[in-house]
Amino acid sequence: MRHIISVVLENETGALSRVSGLFSQRGFNIESLTVAQTNDPSLSRMTIVSSGDDRVLEQIVKQLNKLIEVVKVSDLTSQDHIERDLMLVKISPTKKDNFDLKQLVDVFSCKIVDVTDKTYTIEISGKTKKINAFLDAFDPASILEVSRTGVTGISRGKKLI
Amino acid sequence: MKLNGAEILIDCLQQEGVKHIFGYPGGATLHIYDALEAQEEIIHVLVRHEQGAAHAADGYARTSGKPGVVLVTSGPGITNAVTGIATANMDSIPMVVISGQVPSPLIGNDAFQEVDAVGITRSCVKHNFLVKDISEVAITVKKAFHIATTGRPGPVVIDIPKDVTINQMELEEYPETVKMRSYKPTTKASNRQIKKAAELIANSQRPILYSGGGSVIGNASKELREFTRLLGFPITQTLMGLGAYPGTDELSIGMLGMHGTYEANMAMHDSDCVVAIGARFDDRITGNLAKFCPSAKFIHIDIDPSQISKNVVADIPIVGQTKQVLQALIEELKDEKLADISKWWSQINTWREVDSLAYRKKSGVIKPQTVIEVLYEVTKGEAIVTSDVGQHQMWAAQYYLFDEPRRWINSGGLGTMGFGLPAAMGAKIAMPDKDVVCVTGEGSIQMMLQELSTMLQYKTPVKIVNLNNRYLGMVRQWQEFFYEKRYAMSYMDALPDFVKLAESYGHLGILVENEADLKPALVEALKQKDRTVFVDIITDPNENVFPMIPAGGAHCDMLLAGRDDMISKDETDFNAV
Repeated sequence: MRHIISVVLENETGALSRVSGLFSQRGFNIESLTVAQTNDPSLSRMTIVSSGDDRVLEQIVKQLNKLIEVVKVSDLTSQDHIERDLMLVKISPTKKDNFDLKQLVDVFSCKIVDVTDKTYTIEISGKTKKINAFLDAFDPASILEVSRTGVTGISRGKKLI
Repeated sequence: MKLNGAEILIDCLQQEGVKHIFGYPGGATLHIYDALEAQEEIIHVLVRHEQGAAHAADGYARTSGKPGVVLVTSGPGITNAVTGIATANMDSIPMVVISGQVPSPLIGNDAFQEVDAVGITRSCVKHNFLVKDISEVAITVKKAFHIATTGRPGPVVIDIPKDVTINQMELEEYPETVKMRSYKPTTKASNRQIKKAAELIANSQRPILYSGGGSVIGNASKELREFTRLLGFPITQTLMGLGAYPGTDELSIGMLGMHGTYEANMAMHDSDCVVAIGARFDDRITGNLAKFCPSAKFIHIDIDPSQISKNVVADIPIVGQTKQVLQALIEELKDEKLADISKWWSQINTWREVDSLAYRKKSGVIKPQTVIEVLYEVTKGEAIVTSDVGQHQMWAAQYYLFDEPRRWINSGGLGTMGFGLPAAMGAKIAMPDKDVVCVTGEGSIQMMLQELSTMLQYKTPVKIVNLNNRYLGMVRQWQEFFYEKRYAMSYMDALPDFVKLAESYGHLGILVENEADLKPALVEALKQKDRTVFVDIITDPNENVFPMIPAGGAHCDMLLAGRDDMISKDETDFNAV
C-alpha cells in the first residue's frame, strides 16, 4: 500500500542523508522524496512516498522518529489530506497527437510556460494520477523531457502535523 | 581567558566527569593531544590499534555503566574504529568517539588522511556531529553525552576539523543541561498498558520471563529479581542479559535461543504468556519466526519503540525504562492473586531432567566445557568475564553462571571477533579490584593481539583463557552439520607459540595440554594479581556447541549432544500442562 509520510526535521546539513540512508539501510522503498525549508528557517519539511504493509509503515514511522534530528512524523494517508505533484514537461507533438494542445491544457487546468518553434513546455500540478493521465494523452515519442517534484502534501482542515 | 578549541574540548570532557580516554594520536588530533598532555585529570590510554580503543572503551562502559570515550585521528584512525563503534551500537553501549578531521578548508578535497567520518559512521551510531565552528564545541560535547547515555544508549561520534581545535575563543561556561526539541527519549510508561499487562500476567497458565540486555543496561537487576520472585515465574535470559537475574537461582532456566538450554527453549515454545523485558526478539533468539512461541501472547517492555512489533507483534507493548516499568508492575501485582502454575513448573522440571548441557568427557583431551567449569570454580563465579566470538563464547555463556549484571561482557549483536582482549583491558581499568578473565579462542585472540602491549604499559593484569582447538570452531561446526564436513578455511595452521608470544610482550604464558594441569594452571594464573597471564589450553578440536537450534528450526527442534536426531516434541510430554 502507498503511504505519504510527512517529516519535520532540523534544517541541518546531513539530515537529508540520514533519512535517505535509513531507507536504503533498512530496505524500505522510496517512490519519491521532496524536501525544502519551512516558514521556520530552522526546520525542513520532507514528504516521502513509500509503499509497504502496515507493519512496514509502522517501522518506517518509528525508525524516522528515532533519528535525532527528526521533530515530527505523520502518515498523511491515514487522514484527510491534500497531495500535489508538480511536473514540467517538454513536448514536441507528433502527427499521432491529433488534438488541440491548448484544449488539452485547458482540460487538465495546466499552463504552457515556454514555447519554441518545435517545443512546448507545460507546467502541471495535481495528484500523481492526474499528471500520469496528462502524459498518457501524448504519443510517447513526443515527450522529450520530464521533471517532476514528487508528491508534497498537507492535512485538511485545522489539524496540523 | 582565551582557549583554543582543543583546550575547550578537554575542559568539556573534564566537566562531563571523564576519567579515561582510549585513543591513538595523529596529525588531525595533535592539538587535542597537546591539550590532554597539559592536564592530569583525564588519563589517556594509548592503544595499539584504534579498533582496540573502541572495544576497550566499550568494555569500560559495559562494566562501569559510564560512557566510554575514544579519541582517534582522521582517515584511518576513524575507519579503524568503525568496527568497535558498530559493536557498541548493536549492543546499545554508551560511547563518545572524538575523531580528528582535516582542516575545514580541505574537507571534500581528498586531503591527506581525509575520510567522510560522518558519512562512514552514520549507519552505525546513535548520532554523529561535524563541529564546524569553535563556538559549537561545548554544546556538541554536551549533546553527545546526553544522547549517548539517555533513552536507548549508543555511540555518538564527534568529528572535529583540525582548525576548530586551533582557533581561539573566550571560555564560556559548560552548559549543565541541554534541551533538544527533536530528541525526547520516552521514559514514562503508560499506566493503561501496565494494568493490561498485569492482568495478562496474573491469569497466565504457562508464563515465562524473557529478559535481555535492557535489564543490564537499564540497571534493572534489583527490580527484575523482585519481580521474578514475586511471581515465581521461570526466567530465561538472552546472551546479552545474563547476570541481571542470578544464573544459579532456581527460577532461572538458563539462556534461550540458538544455543539455549532445552528447558528454556521448550518453555518458550509452549508458553502462553511471554514477558519480554529489554529484549528485542533477535533472530538468534527466535529461530524460525513462523514457528516461534505458537500459543503465546507477548508483553514487550522496551525503551526503544522501534523494537516493539519489529520481529514479533506485541499484544501489550510497553515503552519505557525496564527499571521503572518493572517497579510499576511489581506495584500492580504485589497483592494480586496469580494463577496456579505448579503444573507448568513440573513440566519445566521434566525438561530440566534432560540435562541439555551434559557432555561426555574423553580421556586424553580437554573438553572446552570443562575449562569453563573449572574457571567458574576457581573464580567462585565472581570474575568479570569478557569473551570473543565463536564456540568459546557460547560455552562461557552456558557454563559460567553469572549471578550479577555487568560481569559478562561480550559482543552479542555484531559478533565481533577481537572484542574480548581490549574489552577486558577496559573492564580492568574500570574495575581495578576485580578479577577480569578474557575467554577466547586462538582465532579471535589473533585479531587484537597487539593490545597485549597496551596492557603491559598500563598495568592491566587480565587472565586470558585461550580455548585452543586449532579450528575456527563455530565455522567448523556449521561445516560439519550443514556442509557435509567440507572444512573450508576453518583450520588454523601455523599458530604461534602463545606462551612465547605472551612472554615477548612481557606477560606470563602457561601451556595446558592435560586436564590434570588445568586447575593448577588457572589457580596459578589468578594468583598473579599484578600480571597478565596467557593460559593457552589445548582443547578437543571436534567438540560442538549443544543444544543447537539449526537455522530455520523452531525452539522445539533442538540438536542435543550425543544424539544424532533432533529431539522432536513428540518425544516429550508436552500436553501435560
